Amino acid sequence: MTRAVAGAAATACLACAVALHAAEDRWPAPGVDRPDLLYVRSPAVMTRIVLDYDAVAADAYWIRALQHFGQERLSPPGHVRTYALLYPLLDLATTLDPYFSIAYRFGSIFLGEPYPGGPGRPDLAVALLQKGIAAQPNKWQYMQDIGFVYYWHLRDYKMAASWFQRAAEVTGAPTWLRPLAAVTLAEGGHRGASRALFEQLALSEEVWMRDSAKLRLSQLDAMDTMDAWKRLKLQGRNPPIPNDPSGTPFVLDPATGDLTVAPTSKIFPLPGQLQPPR
Amino acid sequence: MNAARCVAVAVFRESVRDRVFYNLVLFAVLLIAASILMGQLTAGQDIKIIKDLGLAATSLFGLFIAIFVGISLVSKEVDRRSVYPLLAKPIRRSEFIVGKYAGLLLTLFVNIAVMTIALYTVLFFLSRGVPKPIQGAWDAPALDPALLKAIALIYMGLAVVTAVAVLFSTYSSPLLSAVFTLGVYLVGQFNADLKHFDVIVDSPAAVAMARACYYVLPDFARFDVKLAVVHGIPVTGSYVLATAAYAATYIAALVFGAIVIFSKRDFK
Repeated sequence: MTRAVAGAAATACLACAVALHAAEDRWPAPGVDRPDLLYVRSPAVMTRIVLDYDAVAADAYWIRALQHFGQERLSPPGHVRTYALLYPLLDLATTLDPYFSIAYRFGSIFLGEPYPGGPGRPDLAVALLQKGIAAQPNKWQYMQDIGFVYYWHLRDYKMAASWFQRAAEVTGAPTWLRPLAAVTLAEGGHRGASRALFEQLALSEEVWMRDSAKLRLSQLDAMDTMDAWKRLKLQGRNPPIPNDPSGTPFVLDPATGDLTVAPTSKIFPLPGQLQPPR
Repeated sequence: MNAARCVAVAVFRESVRDRVFYNLVLFAVLLIAASILMGQLTAGQDIKIIKDLGLAATSLFGLFIAIFVGISLVSKEVDRRSVYPLLAKPIRRSEFIVGKYAGLLLTLFVNIAVMTIALYTVLFFLSRGVPKPIQGAWDAPALDPALLKAIALIYMGLAVVTAVAVLFSTYSSPLLSAVFTLGVYLVGQFNADLKHFDVIVDSPAAVAMARACYYVLPDFARFDVKLAVVHGIPVTGSYVLATAAYAATYIAALVFGAIVIFSKRDFK
């Protein structure tokens, strides 16, 4: 075989391969809703497998956790969102890198997020943050975050206040934590106390923490609007249906006749509005 | 020692000729690509991840060079029979081994130095323009000089791996040398487990053997402070010095061992 023939054959084969690839893209196989897989779930095994490349492996698991959360959250309506791998991935990331602050803090926000925006597992959020405190006992931010989970998701204001108090007692913690603990204990469940909490979090230097706090503040504003609308209705007036703070019109709840946030709204769902599938 | 220096320079030149430094291109591409992608993927953790990635890549590329160049340092000369005219010259066998080892250390040093500069450059460009309050939330500054401690310890660890590879290279084939060196490296990673073997095994003999291995085999976990440095946890100068002393004594033992074995080899 001459060199020219071999070259022509190679080019022709490559062209065929490209054509087949393009054909596959044009007529794709029907999509199958495959569950995500996690081959190694044991953090103890993984710490040995990765040798001294634990930090990079932790980063990889953190990126996977982000992707898993985003993929489930933005999945099409036919897919049942389970967020099944979220905690195992976060557990692996934080075991491989016990000082991975954002994995604890952001991860707890993901885990506590009500269904369908998240798995609705504040218990796991608390467990993750307590793991962080075991690694760094003086990290007041984790204690503040546990208080936040108790306050917002579990509505256990006594526990929330005790965690804010514990955070306030750590050397170097901000001074506003102590009054926050007192307000939480005295007025827990009141929107004024909630607003005070999230206004402080909205001043955080972390962008994602600010965004999360702004979302909660918008939800509180929506609740105020819903209450105002209900008051007008009880007075016998016929108020128009307003928009929520994200600009989406509220919808009427057929069960109660009250306003509620539309599923298409950016601030959906409000706490307790939906429950995860069992 | 002039002869050893000549051998070392020859090893370095050979590394350049063998395109060992091509790995630097791969390293640069990896870091630059990662720095572009990370911002999209990691929710504001790009600086931490670039540091992790840079340090891990420095360690991994260095490990490949230490093992795969180290194992052939002596055996290649024997296989090619170039060792015969070399040893006929006024050069002692000890100088030959020391020169070979020093040459590979020089190669590793240049490699790691360039990688360090590349890592700091990428970190500089990533952190440029980031507001001060956000920088204040990072565990450690982007251009943290403490990274150099982690890199120095990586280099010391690689120097030990190189010494192990040279030792095996003096009496074994390249394939077996690679397997042995990799084996020692892997066992050295789990050194702490050997220390606590009594927790899982009842046999006193097995425990004593594990304890002996714990002391005799190199403890590569000592050289890993990457996680601490990236999170701004202080690594004391005394720790670095103690680890350097440990590395120096261990390397000396391995190089002396290699000299003894190589001196006894019969090349007739």
